[in-house]
Amino acid sequence: MKISPSKIISLLFFIFSGFYLYTAHQIQVFTFDENAAFNAKTFPIYLGYAGLILSALYIILPETRPSNVDLTILNYKKTIILVVLMVLYGLTILRLGYFLSTSIFLVLSYIVLGERRWLWIFLLSFPFVAIFMYLLHGLLNIYLRDPFLQYIGIMG
Amino acid sequence: MIEGILIGLETAFSIKNLMMVMIGCFAGTIIGMLPGLGPMTAIALMIPITYGFEPSTGLILMAGVYYGAVFGGSTSSILINAPGIPGTVATSFDGYPMAQQGKAGKALAIAAYSSFAGGTIAAIFLLVAAPSLSKVSLAFRSPDYFGLMILGLTAVSAFSAKGHFLKAMMMVVLGLMLASVGQDTLSDIPRFTFQNMNLSDGISFVLVVMATFAMSEALTIIFKANDPTRIAKQISLSQLGSIKLDKDETKKMITTIPRSSVLGFIIGVLPGAGSTIASFLAYGMERNFVNDDEKQKFGKGSVNGLAAPETANNAACSGSFVPLLTLGIPGSGTTAVMLGALLGFGIQPGPRLYQTNPEIFWSVIMSMYIGMVILLILNLPLIPYIARVLATPRTFLIPLILFFSVTGIYLMSFNNFDIYMMIGIAVVATILRLYDFPMPPLILAFVLGGLMEENLRRSLLISDGSWSFLWDRPLTFMIMLTILVIIFWQISRMFKAKKN
Repeated sequence: MKISPSKIISLLFFIFSGFYLYTAHQIQVFTFDENAAFNAKTFPIYLGYAGLILSALYIILPETRPSNVDLTILNYKKTIILVVLMVLYGLTILRLGYFLSTSIFLVLSYIVLGERRWLWIFLLSFPFVAIFMYLLHGLLNIYLRDPFLQYIGIMG
Repeated sequence: MIEGILIGLETAFSIKNLMMVMIGCFAGTIIGMLPGLGPMTAIALMIPITYGFEPSTGLILMAGVYYGAVFGGSTSSILINAPGIPGTVATSFDGYPMAQQGKAGKALAIAAYSSFAGGTIAAIFLLVAAPSLSKVSLAFRSPDYFGLMILGLTAVSAFSAKGHFLKAMMMVVLGLMLASVGQDTLSDIPRFTFQNMNLSDGISFVLVVMATFAMSEALTIIFKANDPTRIAKQISLSQLGSIKLDKDETKKMITTIPRSSVLGFIIGVLPGAGSTIASFLAYGMERNFVNDDEKQKFGKGSVNGLAAPETANNAACSGSFVPLLTLGIPGSGTTAVMLGALLGFGIQPGPRLYQTNPEIFWSVIMSMYIGMVILLILNLPLIPYIARVLATPRTFLIPLILFFSVTGIYLMSFNNFDIYMMIGIAVVATILRLYDFPMPPLILAFVLGGLMEENLRRSLLISDGSWSFLWDRPLTFMIMLTILVIIFWQISRMFKAKKN
């Protein structure tokens, strides 16, 4: 028997709703609030049940409009590399600073997606980020933490 | 009201705000033109930029982006048959054939004039309807608000999910679940934080919007390996033809615009319906109104067929602001994003916004009209140049969208936990979108989550824990009845689809 991916997602949502409901019951409310008509866990409990019911309905009922996705044409490699690059970007943004990490992220992303026009790659990374930072930090007064630029004395 | 309009005009006509409308319209047109990126993404990308602005300025920028994105969506529909947003799908029915006949400039002009006229008429309706509805909505009680929110969520699920009602309802519940993370507003009791300090304030609205729209749109384009700019490279964007309309074409538009504006505005006011349904209904209605000769031209480059959906989708955009500004309840995903932004500014839209922040209330309405004028004056002559954006290679476009998304959330918290959470939500959203789990219901539910819980809390406490508040008041009862009708209509559609 072949189970459709939408039903698998619904099954995962069913499990997630079960976990959510269990966690909702664990919420510690004040003693005087325990028997109140509404307390901090009332709404989450209803949501947990709603999640369980809706996902169960989707699993049980026949699919009227199944979503047909050709998994063979999906570009897994580039998508995964981009996600990894974003995680690395998040990892380095505080340590390397906004300017360096963003510029490096942009350069690597352009290359991963197949771009080879080096002049454009350069223009749309380091100078672009510098202008963007100037707009945010210099004109709009939005603070941007950047240890690297502070170290070399460009940023105060 | 006159005083309010003057306040609005004064705010909207300040140099700074006029600049914001222009920038908003321009940026919105460019983003909306890119297939796959709609008004929600465009507005989401603007949120970080509005941090340092006053609320009215920020909102004016977003309203400009909204209209610009709708206009941009029409441009890509007409030029490359790739609607930037669902609301402009009907535009491509007659707009693209016209472009293929060498009348792209004319088609774009019809779209621009119709959008302008539709938006203008709807802005006048909004001017009249919003204050009156604000007064009426003061009579609404917590049970009515709770009912209205459920109605909004059910309607968005029914209308926006293209037959995937159950999937949309699951997304509603997921959105409400995400909204419940963090400290309870009344008792400050932590919920679903798992002793992680980063979650004690809840999940940021900007984070969820950026992850589910901007970031996941970008990832979906790469994942599906489709290049929306590929088609644009194949056509010569410099050969758009004349933008001048002849007498016959103008006459046809004059008859189409008023009826499509009224229809579009009414549909826009209804929760969940929005510009997509408005444009399709207007297209269908126009086809019934015209004579047999004109009917034959539908789908082959009819002026009426192009003017009707274009008028209606812009009128619906104005209409969708009515429930947001008067009840504080967004009727569509896009206005939900705007509600989130308003809450971020510390403003609670609703019946009292009209009295407490008249400058915001009126300046938004006024800026809508200014936005229309700017779109017409600025964008129409610039179309041949703006259209070149369609050929921006995705190799540059995608990383830049990802960069804007990460920057948006980084500027809010300077915390990499939020960046990781955003990436996680974006990956899940990409997979969900692949299998037709719609995102607008999730966003709407996420925005309404807190308000919904608050109104349910009040209703249950007043009725001493009894659910009879759902049918005690005639207004609440009517709202609940409408919800049931929508649910049964969806169930019957499911069974009909199965039979067929």
